[in-house]
Amino acid sequence: MPEGGRRVLEVLGLEIVFHTRDGEIHAVNDVSFSLAPGEVLGVVGESGSGKSVTMMSLIGLLPSPPARVCRGQVLLDGENLLMVSPARMRQVRGGEVGFVFQDPMTSLNPVFTVGYQLAEPLRRHMGMTKRAARARSIELLELVGIPDAAARLRDYPHQFSGGMRQRVMIAIALACEPKVLIADEPTTALDVTIQAQILELLQDLRAQLGMAIIWITHDLGVIAGIADRVMVMYGGQVVEQAPVREVFGNPQHPYTRALLKTVPSVTGARAARLEVIEGQPPILTSAPSACSFRDRCADRAAQCDRENPVLRAIGGGHDVACHQSYGGCPA
Amino acid sequence: MLTFTIRRLIFAVPTLLFTALIIFLLLELAPGDPMSNVPLTVPDDVKQQMRLALGLGEPMHIRFFKWIVQFFWIEPLNLFDQMFGTTFAEGKLRVISWQSRSPVIDIIAERIPQTLWVVGTAYVVAIAIAIPVGIYSAYRQYSFFDQAGTFITMVGYSVPPFFSGVLVIVVFAVNLGWFPSIYDTTHKVVDWDSFVVQLKQMIMPVMVLALQITSQISRFMRASMLDNLEQDYVRTARAKGMGERTVVMVHVLRNSMIPVVTVIALGIPAIFGGAIITEQVFKVNGIGQLLITAIQANDLPMVQTLTFIFAVLIVLFNLFADVLYGILDPRIRYD
Ligand SMILES: Nc1ncnc2c1ncn2[C@@H]1O[C@H](COP(=O)(O)OP(=O)(O)OP(=O)(O)O)[C@@H](O)[C@H]1O
Ligand SMILES: [Mg+2]
Repeated sequence: MPEGGRRVLEVLGLEIVFHTRDGEIHAVNDVSFSLAPGEVLGVVGESGSGKSVTMMSLIGLLPSPPARVCRGQVLLDGENLLMVSPARMRQVRGGEVGFVFQDPMTSLNPVFTVGYQLAEPLRRHMGMTKRAARARSIELLELVGIPDAAARLRDYPHQFSGGMRQRVMIAIALACEPKVLIADEPTTALDVTIQAQILELLQDLRAQLGMAIIWITHDLGVIAGIADRVMVMYGGQVVEQAPVREVFGNPQHPYTRALLKTVPSVTGARAARLEVIEGQPPILTSAPSACSFRDRCADRAAQCDRENPVLRAIGGGHDVACHQSYGGCPA
Repeated sequence: MLTFTIRRLIFAVPTLLFTALIIFLLLELAPGDPMSNVPLTVPDDVKQQMRLALGLGEPMHIRFFKWIVQFFWIEPLNLFDQMFGTTFAEGKLRVISWQSRSPVIDIIAERIPQTLWVVGTAYVVAIAIAIPVGIYSAYRQYSFFDQAGTFITMVGYSVPPFFSGVLVIVVFAVNLGWFPSIYDTTHKVVDWDSFVVQLKQMIMPVMVLALQITSQISRFMRASMLDNLEQDYVRTARAKGMGERTVVMVHVLRNSMIPVVTVIALGIPAIFGGAIITEQVFKVNGIGQLLITAIQANDLPMVQTLTFIFAVLIVLFNLFADVLYGILDPRIRYD
């Protein structure tokens, strides 16, 4: 992606705190990233690193209380979504930003037909009549590869398999041709063949509709296959951000390197045992004042205990937040 | 669904026959004698003859069989006769009250309107209040409204009607003099003014009963809403850009109503059962009172018939609730 090109989405200095009974949880700390039109941004990071929370906050889907967005800006084509009216936010949701959630089994309403749930955003955002919405719904179901679409509109979610439900969810998210599609581990709950089908489907759709995609996943293989750029999150922060080749070929952050090592290799010599990242993820009870990865890091230095590294550009669209990598030389 | 309903109806027959037997045996084996209210001056052999005249001379199984036939065949025939002016049941022996010597069913038919007016109205009022209250309490959980609602429903649920009944009588009838303290069952509604009188005399018993029913249903509604509000599909609806109104009143409510409707349906037989204590407190001449006086007078046919009618209603409304459940929840399949 060209530097300085148009950005469809720009997130600046986002901070999210959960106020729970047991105290505060600083789930997202100073997260910034941007997305160019038609770009696929892969987001990786271990469980609890704040991927879902970050993305849900963009269109105000976090329950509040307990969640509070303390700072930051979310600019969708220059408009700060954190400041817009609830009515405007509802236009954005589903209309300009589509969201596919982590769990397809529970994300659809069990008592309404798939046709009804698919027609809802169409009628709301595009002002379609019942008939027009129905015709478009059939189109959408066909688009996501559900056979016999017209008949299946009358079916309820429980009559669909998990993979089919996720396709329905994707169809709903795509219904109004959003500028940005956020897919939160859309394939994690599905078996490998269905995963591959859905991946291919989204690739096609991106090519056809030209929308930008944020793809959250644990699966680095998937990232390698579809992402243009990769954002690595750790402890509620972005620790590394780079074009996909850079991340795989020249990882800078020790967490990213560790993450890449955990991918079992099929071709190379088999490792003695499956690599894991030793240690525990950080507890986020306060805003970080030191590097949150230091306890698990082999290259820990005195500076890491004193100062939380900020994200710095090291050239070629590659940003990293690590004291050890500030020289920009590959480790 | 239809085959399910028919199958369940067929299965209901042995259930009901068995229930009838239990009721009959319980009452038969319970101590008590219909002659106990007859003055002691009446000689024993006269009492014995009176017993025989009531049909007590025959063995138990014959009497059970006769009662069943009367209940399931002769009384329905009578009902048919009354509706269409036919004479199929003429001359057949009906279930007769030992107290008043008139057919049990006729007495019940006389009392039902009072009970339905008071208890039925209370039920409808309670549902109309409880559902919105439950929805709002859940949507604004821990708000002032919810806290206040929780407190009131807790009080409403735990205060027995013989206390709240007397309390409202003291406040509204004795001190304020707004409403009559005794329900006049002979009152007929013919015009606007008499309708107002009817309303006035209904308000207090309805209030007392509705408080209790509202407490139960609103708690239930609130819990059901809370369950559903945190489901993933709610987030999906919001992510589609649906307004809060649609999210809560369409997506969440439709799911939350499923168990609530079932509970409401299961509660309907209780309306016919009347409210024994409340009816007593306000002197409402309804089914609850009928049952109490029949028990006191050892009027076995009356008690048997009333109890059995409740049993039939309970079985029927259980079935009704199951069918409703199947209609409301598309995931349920009955075949
Ligand atoms: N409702 C909530 N209340 C309190 N804390 C929360 C809440 N939701 C999320 N969090 C906190 O936010 C942090 C980030 O959670 P998030 O769901 O974003 O993780 P994730 O990166 O999506 O993980 P996964 O890969 O498992 O989906 C977690 O540590 C969690 O403790
Ligand atoms: Mg997540």
